[in-house]
Amino acid sequence: MDLSTLRSQFPTLAQSNDGYPLCYLDTAATSQKPQLVIDAMNHYYQCDNANVHRAAHQLSARATSQYEAVRDKLKQFINAKQRSEIIFSHGTTESINIVANGLTEQLSQGQLILVDSAAHHANIVPWQQLAKRTGAVVKPIPLTADCRLDLTAYKALLEQQPAIVALSHVSNALGTLNPVHELVALAKQAGALTLVDGAQAIAHLEVDVQALACDFYVFSGHKMYGPTGIGVLYGRFDILDSLRPLLTGGEMIKTVSFEHTEFNSLPNRLEAGTPPIAEVIGLGAAIDFIQALPREQVHAQEQALLNYLQDKLSKLGDIVLYAAHSDNIGAVAFNLADEHHQDVGILLDQQGIAVRCGHHCAMPLMQTLGLKGCCRASIGVYTNKADIDNFIDAMKSVKDLLL
Amino acid sequence: MSQPVQPANEQFLTAILDNDLQATLTLFEQAGNWQERYRQIMLLGKALPKLDEQLRVDSAQVRGCESNAWLYHTEINGLHYFIADSDARIVKGLIALLLIACNGKNSAEINAFEPNEFFAKLGLAGQLSPSRTNGLLALANAIKAVA
Repeated sequence: MDLSTLRSQFPTLAQSNDGYPLCYLDTAATSQKPQLVIDAMNHYYQCDNANVHRAAHQLSARATSQYEAVRDKLKQFINAKQRSEIIFSHGTTESINIVANGLTEQLSQGQLILVDSAAHHANIVPWQQLAKRTGAVVKPIPLTADCRLDLTAYKALLEQQPAIVALSHVSNALGTLNPVHELVALAKQAGALTLVDGAQAIAHLEVDVQALACDFYVFSGHKMYGPTGIGVLYGRFDILDSLRPLLTGGEMIKTVSFEHTEFNSLPNRLEAGTPPIAEVIGLGAAIDFIQALPREQVHAQEQALLNYLQDKLSKLGDIVLYAAHSDNIGAVAFNLADEHHQDVGILLDQQGIAVRCGHHCAMPLMQTLGLKGCCRASIGVYTNKADIDNFIDAMKSVKDLLL
Repeated sequence: MSQPVQPANEQFLTAILDNDLQATLTLFEQAGNWQERYRQIMLLGKALPKLDEQLRVDSAQVRGCESNAWLYHTEINGLHYFIADSDARIVKGLIALLLIACNGKNSAEINAFEPNEFFAKLGLAGQLSPSRTNGLLALANAIKAVA
């Protein structure tokens, strides 16, 4: 398949500003959306708009069947055992909050929660809050000097029999890839529940939750070519069914009286209220888009582009790369000498280059690296060599101005 | 809690850039490209005195800025004076532009000052957008708030 034709399916990419074509290297923040995702959402609003699960009319039946079909697609996409193990949320953050809140009654004083040091704030703060409610203790899993998760330290921490281990599949700030299969297996042996944040992995890697054997796997639609406002919580049925619902109200109940309310069964019991229906349908289209891709070829292309980007940046000189391993996924983190990352970002923006500059919602990681922040360039299926070359040319101009 | 620090009045008066507002505007109008504009911005940032280490405190930090930015204000004889700094060079230069427009002005003048218009004239439209993390909007609002 000629992957270069894919780019034309992403309408936002065909724009320029002040003569500079848009060079979008911020896919790790959010991916651009292919036309078929936009069309699917438009079609729903134009033809099938109705609330799901409740009305006795055809429109609602159509909306509901499209909505529920996406659950089936997701089950197959990540190889869940059953469709009721797929919960729709508003994003990765909400997915983790559903888990961390839902486990409140199952955790007690002094129990240990291990959290990946490179984790996104979304995979740190909900655990801290859970610890606050229960008296449990959050401990970071240290990193090695090259920003890999420190396996020796991890094994030592597991000897303390943590109740929960929260990992990132791919670090959002650095793009480093965790050996999640091994990490989950070790955690399971120690008797811990495991949650894997797959937000930065799902667009780039094939995920099989049964092979991974984690208890929870979470991700967002908008980082996998789908819309914002929709995320997924996969949970192993038994443990998912034991979570106290974060949100209560409509949709999630079986019977309600003023004396007693009985909750519905999964998946509905964790999906209170009217869901983001158009977004779920858009996510379904995004899965169609990804599944129609030759995934090995895409992975090889993305890896080659990322390595090209790492190489070009390091050859530029005066660039500090952070944890730029060849097996990183989708992103490269860097600073220009000791220039402020925000200055670099402002000057790149003048040239149509979209990158993220900041702490990347990973302040503990930045503290570990001794940084105020850094710049991150990240790629997707539509990124091509010309984007990287434009970016490197723009960085040369930034260097000329700043150094 | 430490007491909020405040620079002495003479510090405010010596920190003023003597760049003429009209001359600065002309300079930016004549800039042929963005490189030239940002070179000027950095020169202005360089000319703005560095804030003393003991004044780089949390209580003076302007929120909403990805870089650190600090702002101090005083009023002398009905005129407003500001000292500001940032640890990012371009942000500091953008701050210098704001100060050239606002330092030594009275309340009526600062109230009449339109930051959006000003930055648009400089060819820097968009730098004040709320989506920006350069803190300039917060800084402009803080300057307007004290006047």
